Amino acid sequence: MDLRFTEDELAFRDEVRSFFRQALPASIRDNIVAGRHTSKEELVTWTRILHDKGWAVPHWPVEHGGTGWSPIKQYIYLEEMSQAPAPAPLAFGVNMVGPVIYTFGSEAQKNRFLPRIATLEDWWCQGFSEPGSGSDLASLKTRAVRDGDHYIVNGQKTWTTLAQYADWIFCLVRTDPEARKQSGISFLLVDMKTPGITVRPIQTIDGGHEVNEVFFDDVRVPVENLVGEENKGWNYAKFLLGNERVNIARVGVSKERIRRIKELAAKQRVGGERMIDQPEFREKVAAVEVRLKALEMTQLRVLAGEAKREKGTQDPASSILKIKGSEIQQATTELLMDVVGPYAMPYQPEEAIDGRNEPDIGPDWASTIAPAYFNTRKVSIYGGSNEIQKNIIAKAILGL
Amino acid sequence: MDFDLSEEQTMLKDSVERLLADQYGFEARKKHGAGKAGYSDRMWQQYAELGLLALPFAEEDGGIGGGATETMLVMEAFGKALILEPYFASIILAGGVLRHAGNGEQKAALIPAMAEGGLKIAFACAEPQGRYDLFDVETTARKDGDGWVIDGKKALVLHGDSADKLIVSARTSGNARDEDGISLFIIDADAEGVSRNGYPTQDGLRAAEITLQSVKAGPDALIGSKGTAWPVISRVADEAIAALCAEAVGCFEKMHELTLEYLKTRSQFGTTIGSFQALQHRAVDMFVELEQSRSMTMYASMLATGDDAVERARAVSAAKVQIGESAKIIGREAVQLHGGVGMTMEYAIGHYFKRTTMLDILFGDANHHLKRLAQLDGLIREDS
Ligand SMILES: Cc1cc2nc3c(=O)[nH]c(=O)nc-3n(C[C@H](O)[C@H](O)[C@H](O)COP(=O)(O)OP(=O)(O)OC[C@H]3O[C@@H](n4cnc5c(N)ncnc54)[C@H](O)[C@@H]3O)c2cc1C
Repeated sequence: MDLRFTEDELAFRDEVRSFFRQALPASIRDNIVAGRHTSKEELVTWTRILHDKGWAVPHWPVEHGGTGWSPIKQYIYLEEMSQAPAPAPLAFGVNMVGPVIYTFGSEAQKNRFLPRIATLEDWWCQGFSEPGSGSDLASLKTRAVRDGDHYIVNGQKTWTTLAQYADWIFCLVRTDPEARKQSGISFLLVDMKTPGITVRPIQTIDGGHEVNEVFFDDVRVPVENLVGEENKGWNYAKFLLGNERVNIARVGVSKERIRRIKELAAKQRVGGERMIDQPEFREKVAAVEVRLKALEMTQLRVLAGEAKREKGTQDPASSILKIKGSEIQQATTELLMDVVGPYAMPYQPEEAIDGRNEPDIGPDWASTIAPAYFNTRKVSIYGGSNEIQKNIIAKAILGL
Repeated sequence: MDFDLSEEQTMLKDSVERLLADQYGFEARKKHGAGKAGYSDRMWQQYAELGLLALPFAEEDGGIGGGATETMLVMEAFGKALILEPYFASIILAGGVLRHAGNGEQKAALIPAMAEGGLKIAFACAEPQGRYDLFDVETTARKDGDGWVIDGKKALVLHGDSADKLIVSARTSGNARDEDGISLFIIDADAEGVSRNGYPTQDGLRAAEITLQSVKAGPDALIGSKGTAWPVISRVADEAIAALCAEAVGCFEKMHELTLEYLKTRSQFGTTIGSFQALQHRAVDMFVELEQSRSMTMYASMLATGDDAVERARAVSAAKVQIGESAKIIGREAVQLHGGVGMTMEYAIGHYFKRTTMLDILFGDANHHLKRLAQLDGLIREDS
């Protein structure tokens, strides 16, 4: 056993780090450091830069543009990316629908969609959840009825992240209402420009617009946009949801956040001394660092074991990643609230700041902190809530 | 020992709750907040008619002579309805300064007008560099003839943008973080040299950053005696914290109620999610926090009006620690148990989460008060 990175892995890390340092536009970086949202244009720009380097979809099979890196190298890559800090590539394309298409899709679908996912020419969104079907996803009701060469889709999706930018949506739809609930579901790719689709924004508690409702009213979808077989969509959805293991814990993001916390705490004065010099504050930060290091080691154990495991089986420890990862992300936003203190209070939405000449109210780094604290509550809700994760562990791993 | 409310207190509680149930539902609240001031003047008048604006002031000053318990009941009801009006800012804070330090003339000139709803005063006691230390005062007041000239910056002045007058803390002697040498002045909010930059806060209420540039104040502007305002400020702040705790308890109660309702009505996997034991326990955790917070709020309300400054500080800080911790736990659970809808502006629960997060911050967060309590040797000592 040797828990250190090998010479080769270290050299790789240096290469990746220096590439990010040189290639990442400063304005994009500064936005992330300040806790502001990455715009659509910025993400497209960054994805193209990665694509030119050949690194847009490192985890994909080589024939579709992947790099053939080991899981540990993929992890190092993502770690360095989040600590640059650079925006993560759009997960709905590169981590979700991309792998479903290259694993289960037709040749035509592969040729048509994969290249445009890698370059972010197509922006994808995920149409799984519905108002009545969140944790119990398999109860979904959106209907697709076959009509010649088309399916006619009717129903509603909700919480659809960034649908306002999307060119395409991948949907779970019910094609057989008679079958047991998991068995009547299909996986459809739908062009967002198709007549009958309406997107309505949902404002989140931080004031942002990242989720939407998407309504389908007699939307005609060509049969060629069905992925794999009709009524097998649940299997592809399970594959998709179980696929995200390399970066689910967001260790790099939390590390970057902790560095930021320390940097800001060194600027902030409390009772005449620097906040970073207060033992009780340092101890609180250190306690989160301990949890994060444990998570990182668990993450690495899972990845290192990946190569040796039978395909399709999971390391029991991998189930911990989402739960702990989300809790730690939330803990870092709480620490930032501690640092900023009363100047968390003014509500200064990003748009207002962009179009305004007066200086910020309070320190110029303060305005994003409370919104981030509120917004980060989502990470224990989406992608399978932490309660659902625990149900899975209790059943599948503990055998309860 | 008696935890029961008197008949009058029960009537007060019922009448406030009835008014708010009638006029301050979640949808109505949106309308109340839509105007420029960020709250409803019509509601303010109704509070006046109910006697709420007169409540904490002494009868001889034109008030009703309510005590800490009455304030607690009203603030709790306000918390439940998540009201936007400047009751805390004007009646509790600025009113508190007048009650404890105003002279006869000042009281006579101001309190009846406040009680009728025609006059609102904001208390500009915090500064940008001071964080939660209200003795960290860099604003200065210089003698100028028989009056004063005030210069400085005031931070996060609650409802400072819509107030008619401001009570300002300023240094008349000593160094920036001295407790001695601070004085209080009342000035017109639109006096020459006052500039107010108003903004919404995360919870939908409002505050202002205020710059004072050679602001002239007459001899009668001084509240209390020169240089000795600190005991007044800290007493007003302690009473205010007890009121904030009560507001938080009202919010917690509503958050618990909304979450229970949701658990009983939201259905997944063919059953209500409230039937899952994992979630039942979480609702119980919220309930435990609510009751612990309620107990500490009663304790703080009882001691906040006492004359022993140290005893008062300990009780109030202890309550603020409890409230701050409960705000994190109840907020986290309430949003989580609502799933996606807990994250949206369209549902009430997120708004309560934001308000209670701000209540943790106002007048010192849990870290600040834990430290203050520890420095005062805690609650359980040889002599306690
Ligand atoms: C910001 C955000 C972005 C999202 N983006 C997308 C997206 O792009 N595409 C998409 O399809 N979906 C998206 N979602 C939806 C997300 O996946 C759902 O919110 C999630 O599955 C939970 O469903 P729900 O909101 O309906 O909550 P519910 O399922 O109603 O759950 C409510 C509460 O009950 C708990 N619960 C439910 N069942 C059980 C059980 N059996 N045992 C114990 N506890 C249980 C839950 O954990 C939760 O605490 C997003 C959600 C958010 C908040």
